Amino acid sequence: MSMDRREFLKAAGLSAVAGLGAKGAFDLFMPGDVDASEHEGHSEHGEGHGGVAEAGPKVRLAMAIDVLQLKDHSKVDKIRAACDNAHNIPHWDSKDDEIKWIWEDEYEHVFPDTHNEYLADEVRELPFLLMCNHCDDPPCARVCPVEATFKRPDGIVAQDYHRCIGCRFCMAACPYGSRSFNWFDPRIPLKAEGRKLNPRFPTRMRGVVEKCNFCVERLAEGKKPACVEACPDVMIFGNLADPNSNIRKVLRERVSLRRKLELGTKPSVFYLV
Amino acid sequence: MYDTGKVITGLVIFVGIFTFAFWYTTGTAAPRPEPKLDTPEIQKMAKKQCIEDTQFMITTHMQLLNKLRDQALRDGNRWYVNSKGEKVWISLQNTCLKCHSNKKDFCDKCHNYAGVDPYCWDCHIDPNRSEL
Amino acid sequence: MIERALKGSPKYWGWVFFLLAVISVGFMCYLYQLKNGLGITGMSRDISWGVYIAQFTYFVGVAAGAVMLVIPKYLHHYQKYAKIVVFGEFIAIAAVTMCLLFIIVDIGQPMRMLNVLLHPTPHSMLFYDMIVLNGYLAINIIVGYNTLLADKKGLPCPGWVKPFIYLSIPWAISIHTVTAFLYAGVPGRHLWLTAVMAPRFLASAFAAGPSLLIMLLLFVQKVSKFRVDPEAIQSVAKTVCYAMIVNVFLMFMEFFTAYYSHIPGHIAPLEYLFFGLHGHDSLVGFMRFSMLAGFVGIGILLVPALRRQNGWLIAGVASVFIATLIDKGVGLVIGGFIPNPFETITEYSATMPEIMIAISIWAVGALVLTILYKLALSVREEQQIA
Repeated sequence: MSMDRREFLKAAGLSAVAGLGAKGAFDLFMPGDVDASEHEGHSEHGEGHGGVAEAGPKVRLAMAIDVLQLKDHSKVDKIRAACDNAHNIPHWDSKDDEIKWIWEDEYEHVFPDTHNEYLADEVRELPFLLMCNHCDDPPCARVCPVEATFKRPDGIVAQDYHRCIGCRFCMAACPYGSRSFNWFDPRIPLKAEGRKLNPRFPTRMRGVVEKCNFCVERLAEGKKPACVEACPDVMIFGNLADPNSNIRKVLRERVSLRRKLELGTKPSVFYLV
Repeated sequence: MYDTGKVITGLVIFVGIFTFAFWYTTGTAAPRPEPKLDTPEIQKMAKKQCIEDTQFMITTHMQLLNKLRDQALRDGNRWYVNSKGEKVWISLQNTCLKCHSNKKDFCDKCHNYAGVDPYCWDCHIDPNRSEL
Repeated sequence: MIERALKGSPKYWGWVFFLLAVISVGFMCYLYQLKNGLGITGMSRDISWGVYIAQFTYFVGVAAGAVMLVIPKYLHHYQKYAKIVVFGEFIAIAAVTMCLLFIIVDIGQPMRMLNVLLHPTPHSMLFYDMIVLNGYLAINIIVGYNTLLADKKGLPCPGWVKPFIYLSIPWAISIHTVTAFLYAGVPGRHLWLTAVMAPRFLASAFAAGPSLLIMLLLFVQKVSKFRVDPEAIQSVAKTVCYAMIVNVFLMFMEFFTAYYSHIPGHIAPLEYLFFGLHGHDSLVGFMRFSMLAGFVGIGILLVPALRRQNGWLIAGVASVFIATLIDKGVGLVIGGFIPNPFETITEYSATMPEIMIAISIWAVGALVLTILYKLALSVREEQQIA
């Protein structure tokens, strides 16, 4: 069900045709590479509301998580491990120092604003996977004083570890608790564990904030996000701006939830229940 | 003039301490670093040439790396088109260190000589060593 | 004029060296933090700002408080403040210095601090905070130094300083408004998401800053020949009292909105701070003490018979100072993070090195203040003899 390579080609190719002109074939695998000016030209029309001809950006990457599939808890572990390994995420003993990109929690904590004491047992006990929501209107990027965190034209909320000064304003601003700060050098636990690192990705340094990046580095190479690759039946990734994408199809067919919609951040992560 | 002796002694001591680093190291110059280019990847190349010419890379690689980092990470454009019109995939770990697989004998050689400690390596890892 | 800070009694030098000793211990702790990371503090993934940012917020208020003397003196020509307004401006200089230091010790990558200038980001409130705080520091140095220099020479304040004096009034209000915007503009933190944040910040600032000034003025009269008109001090005390009443009033607005609307998100942080939430109550004692001290302070300062006796006056303004210090310098920031976005609770308690670093920043503030007050007092003593 996950976004296949053809769909990727379509999403990225569309933008290439629209504004990017002649670029190498590899560009087509880079949905991030939508020309900024082209994006801005459309953004004033607001976001798409279905239908065939949609205004707004040509690419808005999003994730739908089929929570019902997670009854098989081994999938949760598989997804978490895939992400941890892909991004060299350290495991700290103390909850205070934790670095989390994708993790599980129960309904009550994921949707505290719609807390319902008569919720179906089935939903109550499901493990919901939490991650950065890659909001369409991200408060973290709004408050960052150095634009270390910023929204890309394809909707990914990126984090530039080179520029982050570690003021943690973004952590105060994120209503989803999606951000982690490196209180200590992340290499200490990585070394202690004797972890085999992913040689294609860096670690982080002490004193910067990090979070899920929708595997922007893998997308650039034409690969799927690590969690999608691990469990394609759970994690459905695709282009929300394309009415024919897999993610739009599944959102049309299934009931989905999004976290804290009342805050107006427009999260790009959907929970299928 | 008062305290001429003290003033002059003080000046001599000051100049001595101030220039300590120069005269202490006189005659003990470290040998010029010779970064090694004999990696398997480079050996395979028909024309042994980095993404720009050698002189440019020696003097300007830091600025170039900064520029390419911003281009890849912030603008999302991971292709560098060099002065000859060739396209290069921007990645420190996966492109630069693919050829220069000998970080110790290449990067570190000059950096240690020049006494610089670029913070690249606080995060970026040498892909040829899978453990820290 | 600066050289006057170098001539002083053994007591003066003893105090200076004591402060330097405290600063050096704090500096060692800071080096330790710099080497190991902010993990040595009590902050965590859930409570990502702690005592540093809380104290920063408080001292922005103390700095802004100086305007409570500048307005009567320069806009209403209330001449009783003529001799003491500079002491308010010097508090502002010391307090802003502390604010900047609290920010520096709080950030994870201090060597990249200038990124804020390198990549100016007008959509971030922190960008404006950087501008207004540094601007306020500069304005107060210019105004304080030049008005004092003019007094020393027995000349009127030079004309070119006047625009800076008038500028300092809206500027003082801006520093604390922008600091309130840091909090009041983020979604999802119920305690902070309130339109009365900036007004309440200003009210507590106009109580805290002048109450510190009264304590210091009463103290400097003991150690110097400088005498302040008691009526001037009474006027400042009345300002403290009214500002504190407004502050408490606005706090009750918060309580009403939360508890009458019954909205759980609005109630939870207040519940945590003042009554304890799900068995977590580490700040309840402090917050209740703060509330009590606030009322005691108002009570003392409201009664003229008490306010006119120095002992009661000190008790009154000290109560207000401590009440606002706990309320804004601890509760506001920590309470904003509790409960966390998952409606669970992680508590915070500062660690020893963290407290030492904060204390040493207080010591830096005290040192700056000591030196500036030394200059001001020497000029005022000369004036009195003449």
